Amino acid sequence: MTNTHTNYIVVVKRDCPTCVLVEPVLAQLQSGGCKLQVWSQDDPTFPETVTDVGDDSNLEQSWAMKIETVPTVIRMEQGAETERTVGWDRSEWQRLFEQDQLAAELPDFRPGCGSKSVEPGMPEKLALRFGDINLQSREIVVGEMEDPMESCFERGWSDGLPVVPPTQLRVVRMLAGTNRDPAEVLGHVPPDLQPCTVEKVAINAVMAGCKPEYLPVVIAAVEACLIDEFCMHGLLATTWFSGPMVIVNGPIARAIGMNSGGNALGQGNRANATIGRALQLVIRNVGGGKPGGVDRATLGNPGKYTFCFAENEENSCWESLAVQRGFSPEQSTVTLFAADGVQGIADQKSRDPESLCHSLAASLLAVGHQKFAMHSDAFVILVPEHQRIFAEAGWSKQKVIDTLMEFTTRPGSELVPGVGGIAEGMPEFVKDMELPKFKPGGLNIVHAGGTAGLFSAIVPGWLASGDMGSSPVSKEIVI
Amino acid sequence: MTEVFLDPTAELSAASKAILPRLASLEGKTIGLLDINKPRGDVLLDRLEQLFAAEGVSVRRYAKPTMTRVAPLETKQQIAMECDAVVEALAD
Repeated sequence: MTNTHTNYIVVVKRDCPTCVLVEPVLAQLQSGGCKLQVWSQDDPTFPETVTDVGDDSNLEQSWAMKIETVPTVIRMEQGAETERTVGWDRSEWQRLFEQDQLAAELPDFRPGCGSKSVEPGMPEKLALRFGDINLQSREIVVGEMEDPMESCFERGWSDGLPVVPPTQLRVVRMLAGTNRDPAEVLGHVPPDLQPCTVEKVAINAVMAGCKPEYLPVVIAAVEACLIDEFCMHGLLATTWFSGPMVIVNGPIARAIGMNSGGNALGQGNRANATIGRALQLVIRNVGGGKPGGVDRATLGNPGKYTFCFAENEENSCWESLAVQRGFSPEQSTVTLFAADGVQGIADQKSRDPESLCHSLAASLLAVGHQKFAMHSDAFVILVPEHQRIFAEAGWSKQKVIDTLMEFTTRPGSELVPGVGGIAEGMPEFVKDMELPKFKPGGLNIVHAGGTAGLFSAIVPGWLASGDMGSSPVSKEIVI
Repeated sequence: MTEVFLDPTAELSAASKAILPRLASLEGKTIGLLDINKPRGDVLLDRLEQLFAAEGVSVRRYAKPTMTRVAPLETKQQIAMECDAVVEALAD
């Protein structure tokens, strides 16, 4: 017989056949003098033959005891748990209750059922109700007569499209996507230079429509945009078109289902759409950066709603952008670029790399202004059918970039004001110089797009590039 | 049932919804006077029109077809396009 300091807690539910199976065993133990506290998750009248059954229909006890399976038997010594067993395993029960002959008539083994406290969505609800979750953000009470969606618009939280209302439960679920402390400050977001916690990122990720597994990507994107070289404040404030473009590399892109294929720069993929949007909402809401306020864009571009895609690494003949920037293929990263919109390049006739480079170069000259040199950086989003031409000729990515740099280098005399009847141009002092279109490192190539179509894209960048303004930045994604 | 949201902003402004900024001065502004169609609203608005006119402020008059319903969208849009501020006479 167990000693007087030993007692037992058993958690059951009527809906579980194994719990029903063990009812007579519990009754027998209790009538035999065993100190037994039974908690019932779904029906406090069950088990009928056991006395003083506790009502745990709010699942507070189950949550506190981290019950995952019913029945669970917990052996307590002097108020502390020493052992537990789940389901019905006769020899385990016999050992735990120190009764060799216990329930000889029952089968040896029956698995238990899932605890109601771990049903999908329930752990976060219980954590919010009973746990020590301590979210710091101010609570905004929305009136009974208010439409929650409209309320978000009226409070100025939206980029113009509907946002998902950031309820506490949604934010707690979002935070489950990262191991990082919600209170961790990632940095200070311009233009108001306000501290941005992981929690604030999670709230904005909820509003953008992210799934919790996207949150680490959003956090990395926020961290990246706060790197000094990216110049987020200036990028926001400029009258130019640009906004942050997010390129995702590494295993997480596939794991969360990002699109690097057909329509990669377009609509329709939740991860692509919402990660880029979440970054913009953080800048709007935490940083206070809004059009008409510090955002002084003359026209802006549609990518300022969201501009995010993954590089197609699986079918690429080259190292990825992230590897080129010093990461390993196993690392997941974001790279941010101060990007304008998308300028298409059609070349359906080139079959050799030189012709294709001339073709790409001719279009690249239009970036910013045809007569500008070393102003904007640019990304070429090279599609599979164009990359194949380089692959078949054995060209490396660097060789393509070097060739494009060469083919876009022009005499300064063609670029000075007045040439071509155009007043715009480079300063007079460049007229005897040879000017590359892009600064060293200012031209990048990533591989993405559908398998059909000889249509690559140029994503031109902010006129103020490099030390003058913004340089591309990368950040590893940490779960 | 009320809902509770978590504030996505840096919490620099009040938790309640902000009202539109007030006019710093009436100079050069156009003021709308909206009669909601309740008795004696016109008395108040006629007097306001006199006072605004004395200040050299231009005034435009509007009326809701019935006090029992919210103003028609066209009326709201017209006031927003034509006026810098509006005074609504609740009357009675």
